[in-house]
Amino acid sequence: MTSSERVARAPRVSGRIARSGRIARKEAISGYLFISPWLVGFLVLFAGPIVASLLLSFCQWDIMSPLKWVGMANYERLIRDELFWQSLKVTGLFTLLDVPLCLFLGIGVALLMNQKVPGLSFFRTVYYLPSVVSGVAVSLLWIWIYNPDHGLLNNFLRNVGIQGPQWLQDPRWALLALVGVSVWQVGGTMIIYLAGIQGIPTQLFEAARIDGANRGQILFKITLPMLTPVIFYNMVVGIIKSLQTFTEVYVMTGGGPNNATLFYMLNLYRNAFKWFKMGYASSLAWILFLLILVCTLFLLRSSSSWVYYESETRGG
Amino acid sequence: MRTRQTGNLKKLSAPLVSSVSFLIVLAGAALMILPFLWMLSTSLKPEAKVFASPPQWIPDPIQWSNFSKSLSVLPFGVYYRNTVIITAATILGDVLTAALVAYGFARFRFPGRNALFVLVLSTIMLPVQVMIIPRFILFKELRWIDTFIPIILPAFLGGSAFYIFLLRQFFLTIPRELDDAAKIDGLGTLGVFSRIMLPLSKPSLAIVAIFSFLYNWNDFFSPLIFLNSESKYTLALGLNFLKGHFFSTVSLLMAAAVLAMVPCLLLFFVAQKYFIQGVVFTGVKG
Repeated sequence: MTSSERVARAPRVSGRIARSGRIARKEAISGYLFISPWLVGFLVLFAGPIVASLLLSFCQWDIMSPLKWVGMANYERLIRDELFWQSLKVTGLFTLLDVPLCLFLGIGVALLMNQKVPGLSFFRTVYYLPSVVSGVAVSLLWIWIYNPDHGLLNNFLRNVGIQGPQWLQDPRWALLALVGVSVWQVGGTMIIYLAGIQGIPTQLFEAARIDGANRGQILFKITLPMLTPVIFYNMVVGIIKSLQTFTEVYVMTGGGPNNATLFYMLNLYRNAFKWFKMGYASSLAWILFLLILVCTLFLLRSSSSWVYYESETRGG
Repeated sequence: MRTRQTGNLKKLSAPLVSSVSFLIVLAGAALMILPFLWMLSTSLKPEAKVFASPPQWIPDPIQWSNFSKSLSVLPFGVYYRNTVIITAATILGDVLTAALVAYGFARFRFPGRNALFVLVLSTIMLPVQVMIIPRFILFKELRWIDTFIPIILPAFLGGSAFYIFLLRQFFLTIPRELDDAAKIDGLGTLGVFSRIMLPLSKPSLAIVAIFSFLYNWNDFFSPLIFLNSESKYTLALGLNFLKGHFFSTVSLLMAAAVLAMVPCLLLFFVAQKYFIQGVVFTGVKG
């Protein structure tokens, strides 16, 4: 490699243009080589599967017997499938509760911490702690906290004279209980907001103060507008995350009670890997793909009207 | 008189606001930490005391044996070993390939580079679950189901787009003159990458390794789909298995959960600086 590069660098008579063409070609080849792991992965693990699942979604297949082309039958079934609509409703409701709640709490706590609170780094650590753990262990912990008779939550409520609900066993409360777990992990987004606030140039605040702006005006005219790129980022991540919700539901409620927490991914998982309706499950996967596409495009479109970038060229 | 009063009020209001803020932040911190304490407390109790009302926060007597018992009810030693193997391999794959790919995007000009990078970013939006059925069929055809390959391989094929993005942003901040100087000193492209770029980006690589660790240590979905036999189970599968197990009790479950969380919490306390940096870097600069 070293010697060949020396050759390429050596002056040649063939002229400047040919040489720069050769160097450019060499650079391009190196570039492609460096990104080749991703290229292979993209083709085999992303693009291929997306196309394959589109084709599968027009078929009936239980893995054992041969594939059967059924045209739009899966999609027609999907429209009439109550469980599909239920899963869409549950996932949508969860997203509508969870994303704004985490947004307000995240910004709220970040603003409070920015008030020169003593022990800032200690608090930052404590708030971030729940975001470090996830998955089954966290789900087990929260099953125990939500235990209707002996759990931490109802024990506390009993102390203040309230008979707590059955939480995970109650169709009216189960989804909210899951939102609760997500809110417990709000610290992950909170520290992003905190860093965003601390990254706002201080002269903006000073200028506003000299101009006689009060706290409210500073918050709504400076802090929040300057924070919109971070808000946008967290919203996109939050929506994608809540659309993917799986482990917590699988472990904590199994979709119940009475399908009150039947998330989209759980429904897809059951169709594919419990009932082996690969074709039908593929149509579910494709609808999810389209949903994510529409959500992302909608957010990107809307962002130009509310996300404020100080200058388009700044930063990465 | 009036002006003096408002002046005083203003002077008073700043400490007042900050002490009210302090109290709210403190209360929130208690809410964050209580579930952990509750879990730890339960994990150290004899099962009979678990259901005491009002709940006992400090276990009496402290029953350390819950931990060893929780490990022996199911072969958790095997689950730990499997999880460590998978996590170590995926971290290696994630860091190595994300660095290679990010370097390719950061330093070389080639046709279609920007379009391809947009594709990289768009895969961030795409959850694994959307592609899981064809991937499952592919790995089944290759007879890789019930092996660790389907879980580890994706890490070596570009890893996560998120890590590529993070490292590319970092590489862009390293001045190009360093590459050129190294090349003049006789290093080849791979030499520049491994001897200049990688050592310079240790903090960013650490961030990728940490995120990768947390994700793979806790991942439940991929092992659930790709692993069948108990001897292949990861910690996450084992915990879920324990939940429905005949011998499991609340104190044992909490002890097992504590043991599963400890590596993540330890890592967090050791490498806190990188955590905060990483989260902030991706959120604010992204």
